[in-house]
Amino acid sequence: MTTAAKRGPVAVVLHQAHYDLRGFLRNRQARFFTLILPLLFLVIFSSVFGSDTVDGVQLKTFYVPGISAMAVIAASFINLVISIVVLREEGVLKRRRATPVPAWALIAGRTLMAIAVSAVSVTVLLLVGRFAYHVHMPARHIPGFAITAVVGSITFCVLAYAFSTGISNEDAAQPMVQAVMLPLYFISGIFIAPPQLPSWLQDVARVFPVQHLADGLHHAFNPGTTGIGIVWSDLGALALWASIGVVVALRRFSWLPKAATG
Amino acid sequence: MRGLHKRYGQVDAVAGIDLEVERGEIFAFLGPNGAGKTTTVEILEGFRTRTSGEVTVLGIDPADGDAAWRNRVGAVLQESSAEPGLTVRESLQLYSGYYLEPRDIDETIALVGLEEKADTLAPQLSGGQRRRLEVALALIGDPELIFLDEPTTGFDPAARRAAWQVIEGLRALGKTVFLTTHYMEEAEELADRIAVIAGGRIVAEGTPGTLGGRNRMAATICFTLPEGTRAGDLPPELRALAAGEGEQVTLTTETPLVHVRALADWALSHGLDLPDLDIRRPTLEDVYLELTEDPA
Repeated sequence: MTTAAKRGPVAVVLHQAHYDLRGFLRNRQARFFTLILPLLFLVIFSSVFGSDTVDGVQLKTFYVPGISAMAVIAASFINLVISIVVLREEGVLKRRRATPVPAWALIAGRTLMAIAVSAVSVTVLLLVGRFAYHVHMPARHIPGFAITAVVGSITFCVLAYAFSTGISNEDAAQPMVQAVMLPLYFISGIFIAPPQLPSWLQDVARVFPVQHLADGLHHAFNPGTTGIGIVWSDLGALALWASIGVVVALRRFSWLPKAATG
Repeated sequence: MRGLHKRYGQVDAVAGIDLEVERGEIFAFLGPNGAGKTTTVEILEGFRTRTSGEVTVLGIDPADGDAAWRNRVGAVLQESSAEPGLTVRESLQLYSGYYLEPRDIDETIALVGLEEKADTLAPQLSGGQRRRLEVALALIGDPELIFLDEPTTGFDPAARRAAWQVIEGLRALGKTVFLTTHYMEEAEELADRIAVIAGGRIVAEGTPGTLGGRNRMAATICFTLPEGTRAGDLPPELRALAAGEGEQVTLTTETPLVHVRALADWALSHGLDLPDLDIRRPTLEDVYLELTEDPA
């Protein structure tokens, strides 16, 4: 039998992503929070406030990219933090490390799965936005939108590995990620269009990565944005957060259950 | 392994132990909770670093264990579990992909007796079945050496018997097995050799029959005195060994055959029977409890 390990590193990463995806699709709670909830938010916000305008722009034009950012974060950060903590505390990660599979392949495979789920979720949101609410993105901005979403997904995966090191048990994972993300959703242009926020709150939001992902995606919907729709300062901020995440994860990440090693 | 030492703060979890395990044997590592069993195994598995000492597993220091080494070692860990979102077969498919020369998946499922549960999700298995899945995951890479850390803890007697058969099957495959357990019957049933650890030190090493001088230890002869007889009626050489109260007599002897014969001669010549006569050698458990007794 030709195994993934024999076919090389890329095959191992794909192998891991494939089985991680299967596990994800069987988890009803993960499916709901990652795939259904963002869609629900898009429908509710766009139906209720979508036609109001701020600075001459209809709010639904903010919601489609904003909620897309939320979908990326749900698939890359929230789902990943929870699954890392659960798998770590149940000893699944330790179990995997007792095999020859390299650590980076496990991380890369899981990140690839998060990117794939983000891509599906965002595509659905864009199609619903396009056909149900007539929100258009200029076609030339699609590459920029995609690049920003992928960079965002990778950044939030890295941050998930870093953030998981601060959570010691499975029960705390869900409340902890929500406690961090909910306020950021409100101030970062996800539920509320940035021009509606007081400027000091916008300044606070700019410190965190959620705002930069949402802002990057917002700009891809703005016909005034030049080029392929990339906002380099936002990508830079995401990259900076990703490098902070890498440093924290390298220093603190553990495959072993916290409860047992304490 | 020589002079293995692991210190946590002021506490010596493992205080300098020497062990050698031969290829192809089932080696049982016994000890009470907190004796240093799991610490030792996790050092051997490469999960923990040691404070000092020399350790070689399959010719390699586990602290430097690379993928090639991991291809040759399998482990059933304490308090670990299989993939929550995958079936038995999928879990084995995932794991077999990690190895260069894995075993056949169906054959491995059959080896641990999970054929009927191959398409069941891991969390829906019973405790015993889950542990068997773990054994299957440890075997899928076709390792030369397998660590089993308390593989049957929490099993009912039937599940334990089934697990023992699986472990016996590993012997037939020519694998080396390093088994930790705190069940004496398990060590006695499976092991070629046993080492007992207590307080971070090896307190005894031997075969199940000879551990801690078990083969030279005194046996006990127990019986109830027949009606109308008293301990004082016994022949003098037996009276000297007797202990116990009232009707119950216990004789402790290093030459059980001689004393059973004396007892039988005495009873037969008086026309008596001793229906509850019992001769007991010390069990492995007796030896173990004596070895691991806290001196304090």
